[in-house]
Amino acid sequence: MSSVHINVHHVTRVEGHGNIILNTNDGKIEQLRWEVPESPRFFEAILRGRHYDDVPHIASRICGICSIAHSTASILATEAALGIEVSEQTRLLRRLLFNAEILESHVLHAYCLAAPDFLGVGSVFPLVKTHKDVVLRAMRLKRLAYRLAEILAGRKTHPISLMVGGFAKLPDPDDLAAIKDALVESLADYDETVELFASLSFPDFERQTEYIALQDKDDYAFISGKIASSDSGTAPLSDYLDVTNEFCVPHSTAKYTKNNRDAYMVGALARFNLNYEQLHPRAKEAAAALGLQAPCHNPYLITAAQVVESVHATEDSILLIDKLLDRGLNEEPLPSKVNAGQGVGAVEAPRGILFHDYTYDENGILTKANCIIPTNQNHNNIQKDMEALVPSILNRSEDEIRQALEMLVRAYDPCISCSTHLLRVTFTKDASAGDSPHKSC
Amino acid sequence: MSKPKVAFFDFTCCEGCQLDTLNIEGEALVDLLNAVDIVEFREVASEKADSYDIAFVEGSITRKSEIPRLKKIRERAKIVIALGACAHIGGVNCLKNHLAMDEALEIVYEERAEDYDTIPTRPIDAVIPVDYIVPGCPINTAELLRIVKELLLGKTPELPNCPVCVECKMAGNICVFELGRTCLGPVTRAGCNAICVTAGRHCWGCRGLVDDPNLDAQKDVLEKYGLSVEEVLEKFKIYNTCTTEANK
Repeated sequence: MSSVHINVHHVTRVEGHGNIILNTNDGKIEQLRWEVPESPRFFEAILRGRHYDDVPHIASRICGICSIAHSTASILATEAALGIEVSEQTRLLRRLLFNAEILESHVLHAYCLAAPDFLGVGSVFPLVKTHKDVVLRAMRLKRLAYRLAEILAGRKTHPISLMVGGFAKLPDPDDLAAIKDALVESLADYDETVELFASLSFPDFERQTEYIALQDKDDYAFISGKIASSDSGTAPLSDYLDVTNEFCVPHSTAKYTKNNRDAYMVGALARFNLNYEQLHPRAKEAAAALGLQAPCHNPYLITAAQVVESVHATEDSILLIDKLLDRGLNEEPLPSKVNAGQGVGAVEAPRGILFHDYTYDENGILTKANCIIPTNQNHNNIQKDMEALVPSILNRSEDEIRQALEMLVRAYDPCISCSTHLLRVTFTKDASAGDSPHKSC
Repeated sequence: MSKPKVAFFDFTCCEGCQLDTLNIEGEALVDLLNAVDIVEFREVASEKADSYDIAFVEGSITRKSEIPRLKKIRERAKIVIALGACAHIGGVNCLKNHLAMDEALEIVYEERAEDYDTIPTRPIDAVIPVDYIVPGCPINTAELLRIVKELLLGKTPELPNCPVCVECKMAGNICVFELGRTCLGPVTRAGCNAICVTAGRHCWGCRGLVDDPNLDAQKDVLEKYGLSVEEVLEKFKIYNTCTTEANK
């Protein structure tokens, strides 16, 4: 057997920087690594000493793609720490705003980042000529999600009105009614989206792993509930460190995680596998059309699960707007008094479960922060997938192997730009990927 | 004439500004792609190129290894445009400059600090000459499109040189100071339509200082409303630490 040497430096069509390295000799794998060399940004350090009013604003800047997720997790952690209760209206508005991010991020990933691989092009740009209707549909759905966020929070990237204790400004009911109509209309675009992705042939590969996501008895959870594992049931948010068990590897500035097995998966497919029953009926129909059944162990189908969640988030948004308009929107006072304390906030960012853990003093000044980001939790699972996948495809050409590995990484929709902004990263020269947690981390 | 070649590059940042460049109507994207060739845009495209008519650079410089990479982009590009606050003024990355670098390193890397490459945050114009700026955290996509259109028409794009207050008044907002809170609108460059005040908050100064900011007037405003200079400086630090350092 010949040897294979693959070195993909900075995989394209992912957010942030990651490398794939594969060296084989005579059919034996000598080196196979998913590397994460992203530049860290010291968020834990720079949040220290800031007032709680500034903290979510700065934490939002951890990631431009999932800034609503970081803002929301930051706000939930702050409220848990300071002992602030919010109203039902605020919770409904936050859920609706969160759907905007799920929709935008999933459409971007499915259409612009993942689909070009299946259509044999390097990006969405050449598709403007060859598949104009598809590109226009993607842009239409993306714009709609942006518009929903604009109505609720001023804008989608780095939301403005969303703040600790509630909303700085309430949406105009007429705008809500108008966007509801647009969301109803967009269901036809999602039907076509389901049809398009059902027609693609996703690579056939399975590896069973542990799935972790938020779970809430009342609905398909994005910003509430407990930590659920497919292996060990639910745990309170305060146990997040026992679930994530971070450890360091020498080739990554990001920490890796593991729980009951050698790796676990978070994100759309983990949520789908754990919370399938709570999906809207139309989303279940979409899953059936896409050939997706829970539990599904093919990571390439994360993209299909994102399409299913987009249908769910659209239906859920329509219901939420009806509810908000029925109740009527009322101005509510923001909190004025706070207590010192520590608290954890968790949300399901588009890419999976995200934790912020803050400690504040009695003046509402942050003294300690810890963030555990979804993509970090997937790095180890990506590595294990690669180790399982490569032996079964070594008979293919180097180009085909490289393509299969790149597509695998992209399926996870890694958001590496934010995955390393966590902190207390240390390197251990002797550790290797998959080793047991190292004490110095 | 062949279409101008446009490329996007990211350094240390959240990549939100790159993403917002795609927040345009589908037809506008079609028009734009008829007018320019996007030759490099790693976040959403696999294509690569060797030279560019316009290079957009997002993110700040926070590692030594980023300096030669940025210089190479400058050599290959006819026009370099700073995209967003991180490239323009350092953005929130500059907050780490308040920590001693060895302290920051130790917090983050402990005993392996010496293996890691981090330097105080700099905006890109501290490393290479920059031709134009698209300010903001994130950018205003309409302003980006205007700047690109003007460049394609051979005009020299310019930024508004009045404070955010002017646009805020036009937007019909109640002054944030009247509400008893602080705001950086009086010293911050306009061009965002005062979006943060319109959405119920205050101006955070993400577009950088207007030319010749009237800092005395800002102090007078604070005094008039009984607000402290310290409080406004704390807010000011979030985006403008590098600006203040450069002025020292």
